[in-house]
Amino acid sequence: MDLENQKRIKELTEEYGAGNIVVLLGAAEGEASGIAAETVTAGDPTFAGPLTGVPLGLSVYHVCEEEVKAEYDPGVYDEQVSMMEMVLDIDEITDEMNSIRQLVVKH
Amino acid sequence: MSILEGKKVIVIGDRDGVPGPAIALCAESAGAEVIFSTTECFV
Repeated sequence: MDLENQKRIKELTEEYGAGNIVVLLGAAEGEASGIAAETVTAGDPTFAGPLTGVPLGLSVYHVCEEEVKAEYDPGVYDEQVSMMEMVLDIDEITDEMNSIRQLVVKH
Repeated sequence: MSILEGKKVIVIGDRDGVPGPAIALCAESAGAEVIFSTTECFV
């Protein structure tokens, strides 16, 4: 994940508290989703950014996962995301997200 | 229990996937407050 974004996420978590924050991802495939999810839960797996060794433990979902999808206005989702959803491998993304969440999420 | 309603949301969109502004609109439609939104290239 972009180093500047890691810094912002760290600052926002300090400001609002980890339990009040949910991270939503729009990554194009499972591996990228997993790396981003790991970065905001266990810490930066690439050991490059400000979140290296910083386990924020944030709640994190991909925008297309069923749990969060059920909460959007369906019209907004249709207009904004459904076209992309058709070309994404949602099963692969969901599997990756579940595996990261089971490992590390605290909040 | 709601995942998004009343929460502060950080949006990390992807240039090759779903862009930040699209995700932010979805989150807001679910009653969340978007506190940061960006669109990355994950490569």
